[in-house]
Amino acid sequence: MSETILSIKNLNKSYGTLQAVKDLSFTIKKGNVYGILGPNGSGKSTTLGIALNVVNKTSGEFSWFNNTVSTHDALKKVGAIIEHPNFYPYMSAYDNLKLVCKIKGISSDIINSKLELVGLLDRKDSKFKAFSLGMKQRLAIASALLNDPEILILDEPTNGLDPQGIHQIRALITEIASKGTTILLASHLLDEVEKVCSHAVILRKGVKIYEGRVDELIATKGFFELNATKKEALLDFLNNHTAFGSIKEEEGKIIALLKEDLCPEELNKVLSEKGIFVSHLVKRKESLENQFLQLTNNK
Amino acid sequence: MKRLLQIEFQKLWQNRMSKFLIIAYFSLLTSIALIAAIKFDIGPIKFHLAEQGIFNFPYIWHFNTFVASFFKLFLAIIIISMVANEYSNRTLKQNLIDGLSKKEFIYSKFLMVIVFSIISTVFVFIISLLLGIGYSDYTEVGIIFSELEFILAYFIKHIGFFSFCLFIGMLVKRSAFALGFLIIWNFIEWIIYGLLFWNFGKGSTYPDTILSFFPFRSMSNLIDEPFSRLSAVKAIASQVGEDLNYDYAVHWFEVAIVGVWTFLFIYGAYKLLLKRDL
Repeated sequence: MSETILSIKNLNKSYGTLQAVKDLSFTIKKGNVYGILGPNGSGKSTTLGIALNVVNKTSGEFSWFNNTVSTHDALKKVGAIIEHPNFYPYMSAYDNLKLVCKIKGISSDIINSKLELVGLLDRKDSKFKAFSLGMKQRLAIASALLNDPEILILDEPTNGLDPQGIHQIRALITEIASKGTTILLASHLLDEVEKVCSHAVILRKGVKIYEGRVDELIATKGFFELNATKKEALLDFLNNHTAFGSIKEEEGKIIALLKEDLCPEELNKVLSEKGIFVSHLVKRKESLENQFLQLTNNK
Repeated sequence: MKRLLQIEFQKLWQNRMSKFLIIAYFSLLTSIALIAAIKFDIGPIKFHLAEQGIFNFPYIWHFNTFVASFFKLFLAIIIISMVANEYSNRTLKQNLIDGLSKKEFIYSKFLMVIVFSIISTVFVFIISLLLGIGYSDYTEVGIIFSELEFILAYFIKHIGFFSFCLFIGMLVKRSAFALGFLIIWNFIEWIIYGLLFWNFGKGSTYPDTILSFFPFRSMSNLIDEPFSRLSAVKAIASQVGEDLNYDYAVHWFEVAIVGVWTFLFIYGAYKLLLKRDL
């Protein structure tokens, strides 16, 4: 068992009559990259806000590092960016980071190296208010990394950025993840999570609907997209084949879900032996997006 | 404590506006000394304010602390904005996420209130001492250091007032509205006073007694106006038949009331922060 960094138990949060988080429990273990997924308003930010001591819980519990330290001391070992980068507009990038060092009680010697990591070293004396959103977000990442945190929490880190900015931030996250830092990434951008995360927690209207590995979440055998002139014969064949589950037609293509492993060469060979020649044959894996839409719509 | 002071000091000193206000405040305090230079010399009328006894020990302690109090509005703006800006820049949220506890946050702000009050008090003490030594008719050590309770009252008054500002900044979250609230509150106290006066009729002591428990009035009660103590003013008053012998002393219960308010403001600010979702 690896070390537990954050555990959340039966957490509830109500804003008046609206219940933002309902009986939520999950654990974050060291060394994994977690994604918290959910549509807008599903309680992702609220949950993170509670763990980060800026939102008051209604009931339930959370503990950092197995309750060995108080929450605000634990937060000194956490790097977190919530939605929008918040800094003092009148201070330079360097001074803003110096202030964070003072709060965390660490030496300010490492500021330059972190600024270099996010590519802002040459702008370290510019005032924060003169920064573009992408630069602000990168500064926020530098700030979150100052203490070489045990866990990096990112809430919608690419929100509002241009494609270049998004790419830069993703590259940074991947780089940080490759160094073994535990990451908790809240996002509604699924490809982001799919690319970076090993584990996922999926929320919908404050309720957890999935917790586990990302590859297990998308661990279906995949499906075939097929088409042929002899459509009837093809459908007949698929319906009788043991490897296939449900079969449906979408936009003129036959979508056949697999129950067992079957490679496209094999299928093509069998079909041609039966005298069915396909005009279209593609094997696909379910994307996280499909899985996610299914999960969030079904319940 | 050193860490919290360093944090607050960086936040304030790197802000051009607060730096300007701090410098302006202390320049204005120094300018009290310029009163000494007020001199009229129009033919037969010769008037030199410094020679009217306002710089006499121990009266100068009373006079200077009273006059210097007017400038505290400058620091009030700083205190309010240093709290409200943490909300508008959303840096309060970031500070907490970075590992500052809510208690430390309020404590660091309160530390600044104390620091400003101490510096201001020391400043006024030194200026008064120098002015007194320069212009006072009495320079015996025993007289110089009598009635120093006005310096203590000045200190308590500023702590109380700045704590009020801190609380209002925390409550209202916007500098401009908080400042407006402060001014409106001042009016409210006057309106309440007027209503009480109207209710109890002239000659009743109730309005003053009741109002002495309100924040602004209790603070201003600490240092009563010093002008009617001047011999020149007294002389004129007695000519028109008014008796101006009034109680100008600093009383323990006045200090206590302001002390209770200070506690309530700081505790209230802390409770507000605890309760709020940021």
